[in-house]
Parts: sequence; structure tokens; C-alpha cells
Amino acid sequence: MTSITIDHFLFLGAILFTIGVLGIFLNKKNVIIILMSVELILLAVNINFIAFSSFLGDISGQIFAMFTLTVAAAEAAIGLAILVVFFRNIGSIEVEKIRKLKG
Amino acid sequence: MIKLIVFLPLLGFLYCAFVGSYFHDRVSQLVTTFLLTISTFLSWIIFLQYLEGANTTIIHILNWITSGSFSADWSLRVDALTATMMVVVTTVSACVHLYSVGYMNEDKSINRFMGYLSLFTFFMLMLVSSNNLLQMFFGWEGVGLSSYLLIGFWHHKDSANKAAIKAFILNRVGDFGFVLGIVGVFFIFGSINFDIIFTDAINYQNHAFNFLGLSLSTIDTLCFLLFIGAMGKSAQLGLHTWLPDAMEGPTPVSALIHAATMVTAGIFMVARMSPLFQYAEFTNLFIIFIGASTAIFAASIALTQNDIKRVIAYSTCSQLGYMFFAAGLGAYNAAIFHLMTHGFFKALLFLSAGSVIQAMKHEQDMRKMGGLFIKIPFTGTMMWIGSLAIIGFPFFSGYYSKESILENAYFSTSGMAQYAYVVGVFTALLTAFYSWRLLLMTFHGKPRATEETFNQVHESPKVMTISLAILAIGTIFSGSILADFFIGPKQEVFWNHAVVLINTAQHNIPFVQTLTIKSTVAAGILLAAMLYYYKKGLTKSLSRNFQLLYLISYNKWYVDELYNSIFVQPFFYIASIFWKKGDIYIIDEYGPNGISKLINYFSKRLSLFQSGYLYHYAFVMLGGLVIILTWFVYY
Repeated sequence: MTSITIDHFLFLGAILFTIGVLGIFLNKKNVIIILMSVELILLAVNINFIAFSSFLGDISGQIFAMFTLTVAAAEAAIGLAILVVFFRNIGSIEVEKIRKLKG
Repeated sequence: MIKLIVFLPLLGFLYCAFVGSYFHDRVSQLVTTFLLTISTFLSWIIFLQYLEGANTTIIHILNWITSGSFSADWSLRVDALTATMMVVVTTVSACVHLYSVGYMNEDKSINRFMGYLSLFTFFMLMLVSSNNLLQMFFGWEGVGLSSYLLIGFWHHKDSANKAAIKAFILNRVGDFGFVLGIVGVFFIFGSINFDIIFTDAINYQNHAFNFLGLSLSTIDTLCFLLFIGAMGKSAQLGLHTWLPDAMEGPTPVSALIHAATMVTAGIFMVARMSPLFQYAEFTNLFIIFIGASTAIFAASIALTQNDIKRVIAYSTCSQLGYMFFAAGLGAYNAAIFHLMTHGFFKALLFLSAGSVIQAMKHEQDMRKMGGLFIKIPFTGTMMWIGSLAIIGFPFFSGYYSKESILENAYFSTSGMAQYAYVVGVFTALLTAFYSWRLLLMTFHGKPRATEETFNQVHESPKVMTISLAILAIGTIFSGSILADFFIGPKQEVFWNHAVVLINTAQHNIPFVQTLTIKSTVAAGILLAAMLYYYKKGLTKSLSRNFQLLYLISYNKWYVDELYNSIFVQPFFYIASIFWKKGDIYIIDEYGPNGISKLINYFSKRLSLFQSGYLYHYAFVMLGGLVIILTWFVYY
């Protein structure tokens, strides 16, 4: 049995990050999925922070991760609130139909 | 008091411009006429002072421009010359104001009209009382402006607008010379102040400069340039075509501006600058030539015109020619004297013509008049008085001034003066002919108007006849009373160095010559009477037999057509090339339009990026982030 090295953590972070990014681009259905993808990206970053903190023996990485979680929670709350208001106004949260920004 | 004379008309204008429209038109008429009347009385008081030979007074008002060695003030210079001009301007202007009350009675913009008249009077007074060339130029342009406004007063008439623009542009040609002259005077004398120029002029008597390998007399050149300006303003041969067209304006305007005052500004200027002009030998010959030629040229056109105002307009042109050749001969006093008497009798003629026109319900064609004397005897009498004065009938004003001009020409020795004398005498015949033609066609013979129109003819209202009467008094007596002062034994006391007097010796023209002048005039009258009163059929056969001459005269020597083909058409052609090829095709295409098309093209391309899909923006953001991070990491 091989021991878990930092590479594994970094691979996990990279995979999560890539899934998050692809979730933003490839998703054509729902704005909530975009929000979730953003959360995924943030989590990938957090995993990187914690992994480095643990392997380097530096606590500041974990403190940073706590901050990120806090901000992510606030962001999710605001994002959902905006989404609710948006849905009330437009009546849809389908990504395909939101083209108001078209020039 | 002098300030009052000059600025009261301005006050009248300001009233009309800013206050007049809130009150009844009658108030504007009253205010402007009243102010002008005061101004007239004051200027007569000043004039009477100068009759006894008062000194030149200069009233400083304001400093205008001081720049380096150049300085120009607003100041009023009053001497015998200015006083004379002031009297003519204010008197005629007051009469015209009064006359306009009646004549423009049915017009819609009386207030505007009275305002323009007052504005014109102010500018004219500014012109005649200036103490430097720049202020004179201010007045000069000012009268040009008000002339433009008044010719185009009935701006709903296309022809009036065209005439106004024509007058303005032709005057620009002359003004170009005038401005060059002013600049040249400043360059040579270092000042444009009259006193300095006049005292300094003698030092430059033989001064010359080189231009393109030619040695030119400085003073000659300056005077020539100034005279070009005078030619434009005074409608001399070559630049005369605007004057007859200016008759599109209301008749009082023609009387005030295009007969009595503005057009004489050129003669005034030459007389004012006489200390300079006396040394300009070549230019003087040129002035004599232009003056004499204009006199006979304009008179020859007046012979066949049918519009009553045009006949008088050409007659004005011709009389201005007389004044100019007098000035060219050095008889500045005779020129100014004729200017004064002409101011009175020509204003009288014009205003009488206006009275006829109004009586005939705005008919100006003399072929449709005739026999009007019984219906409007007063106007008819006035017209007779004016005509007697213009032909120089003894004891009428024109007699003294015209005789004095011819006398000066006779006693002058140069060849050009002989030309002027012969032309002058012959023009006197033509003058008599067209004046009597006008009288006979309008007032005598059988009525040619329709019976309905003829029966409606009635004498003009009192305000008009009163102003006619005032001018008639001036026409009859101004010559006999003032001749002593202007050209007679008291001339040196009166002029008091205001103008240069060259021939002060009293000559008496030989009896044979007097007889010649008188008999040519009589012949002119008889000829007119013969053709237009006794044997009317003769005119037709004459115009048929001498068709070429008749056509040349009737079509004004084709000068308008000539100018049209030489200047106007090529100008239009070149202008349209610049417009269509230069402006539209090159500048617009590659300039504003090109750039806007380019921007349009690129912005359309760029707007394709704005898909509106959220994930596109997110992708771009991420891509950008990746690029920036890469850049950060590796550099």
C-alpha cells in the first residue's frame, strides 16, 4: 500500500477544479449548477490550501481555508438570493434563455 | 452737442431694437423721427457756426485700439466738410423718416424699418465725423450693412434678397481696395490719424517704391487703392451694377441711401483725404476718367429705362460721376457742393417718384403712367422742381454746383480735363433728355393707365407732402444761398483747410461756353418734348432704325451679362467642382463619413462578442485569468 503523498491531494484539487470549470461552461440548463460549480472551484482551492498546510506544517494555510469557507458561504447566500429575485422577474433560470446582455 | 447729433439716431435704433416691438408702431415712428429732427436742428446750428469759418474741433470719446505703435480712438472730428455732410445726412434722413411714416403705413414691420433707417443714419454720421481711417471704415461697413438690410427689407421677395447680396458683394470688391489703402497708409505714415497723415503727406510727395521692377509713386498707389473703395461705395463704372438693383428696396431707402447719402461716401472720402489726393497725379487722371465715363455711361442707360426708379438710379450714378471728376480735377469744394445740392434734389426726385408709385398702387413702369399731373399736382410740381435742379436750370441749386464743376473742367489744362469737359456738357444734354422723358411720360400726355387705376390716383398724405416740401426748399435755395461759401469768394474762410482748395481764383467761363452748356440742356429738353410729347410715333421708328444703340442702352451695355459670364458662371463652375469633387467626394468620403463607416464596421464585428450567454463571459474571464497568471508566473 502506497502512502498518500501531496501529489494525490493536488490531483484531487485539480480534478475538482476542472470539473467546476467545465460545469460552468458546458452547463446549458440551470444557473444553480453554475453556482454549484463555483463552489466546487472554491473547494478545490481549499483542498490545495489544507494539503500544503498539512505537509509543510504551516497553520496559516488552514486559517486561509476557513476564510475561504466563510466567504464562499456568504457568496452562496447572496448568489441564491439574487437568483430568487431573478426568477421572480424573468420567470426562468435557464442559462440558454438569459441573453439580456447581448449587444 | 456734436455727440448728441451722432448718437441720437443710435438711440432711436436701440429703442426700435429692444423696446419698440412692445409698443405700437406709431410710437417707434414718433421716437425715431423726433430724435432725428433734434439731430437735424443741432447739425444746422453747427453748420451755421462753420459758415463763418470756425476751427476744426476734435472730440475724444474713447480709446478703441492701442497695439504697439498702432492706435485708434473713437473720436469725432468736426470741420466744414463734416458739418456739411452732417447737414445733408440729417436733413435728408429726417425727411425720409417723416416720409416713411406715410409711405410705409401699410407695411407689417414698421418698427424694424424705422430702426434700420436710424441705424443707417448713425453709421453715416460716424463715417463723416471720423478722425481716423479705421473709424471711417467702421462707418463705411456700417452703412454697407444697413444698406444690405434695407435693400432686402422686403425679404419675402426673391429679387430683393438677390439685390441685397449683390450690393454687399460688389461693395466687398471695393472694400478690399479700401482696406489695402488703410493698411498702406499705416505702413507709410505710421498712423491712421487724419492730422498726422495730412501734415506728413507733403514729405512723401516724391516718395516711390519698387514693385515687380516698376517704380511706383507711393501716394499714387495709396490713393488708387482708396479710390477703389470709393468706386465700390459710390457705384462708379465697373462696380456700378449694384446700384440700379438696389432699387428693390422701399423708395424712402432709395432716396436716403442710394441717392443722397451712402453713395456719396466715396466722394466724401476723397475730399476728406484731399491733402493726400492732391499729390496723386496718375490717380487723379484715373478718377477724372472713371468719373466722366460713368457720367455719360449711366446717363446713356437712363435714356431708355422704363422703370421710374431705375431712371433716377442711373441718374444718381451719372451725377456721382460728375462729382468724382470734379474731385479728380482738384475741385473738392465743387464736388462737395454738388454732393450737397444733389443730396437735396435727388432725394426730392426719389421721394416724388415714391409718391407717384404709391398713387399708382405700386406701379413703377412709366409706360403705364402719363397724364398724372391733373390728379397729383403737388407731386408733379415737386418732380418738376427736382428735374429743373438736376439739369442745372438757372437759380436752382444744381445750376451753381454743376456749372462750377464744368467751369473747373474747362479751366483745367490736362487732356483728361478736356475729355471730362466735353463729356460733362454732353451728359448735361442726356440728363435733360431723360429727366424730361421721365416728367413727360409720367405726368403729361394721355393717361396710359387703366381707367380704374387712373381714377383711384390721389395725392399722398400730409406727412409725405411736408417732407417733399422741405426738400424742395433745400433744392431751390441751397444753391443760391450757399454758393458763396462753397465755391464763391468766401470759400477760404468757410473751408478753413478742411479740404484742399486748388483753384481759388475766380474765373468766368467764356460766354460762348455758357451758351453751349445752356443750349445743350435746352436741346435735351426739346428733344425729349419732341419724342415723348409731340410726336410719339417717332420713338418707335427711332428705336427700330437704331436698334443696336437702343438695345445697348436698354440692356445697360450688357455689363451684367458680361460679369455674369466672366465672373459669376466660372465661379459657380469652380465652386461646384470643389463642392462635388473636393468636398463630397474627397473630404466627406475619407473624412467624417469614412471614419464613421469604419467605426460602424468594427463595432458590428466587436458586438458579435457580446453573445449574451453567461458561460461565454465566464469562459473569457477564466481564459483571461489563465493568461494573466501564466504571464505572472513566467515573467
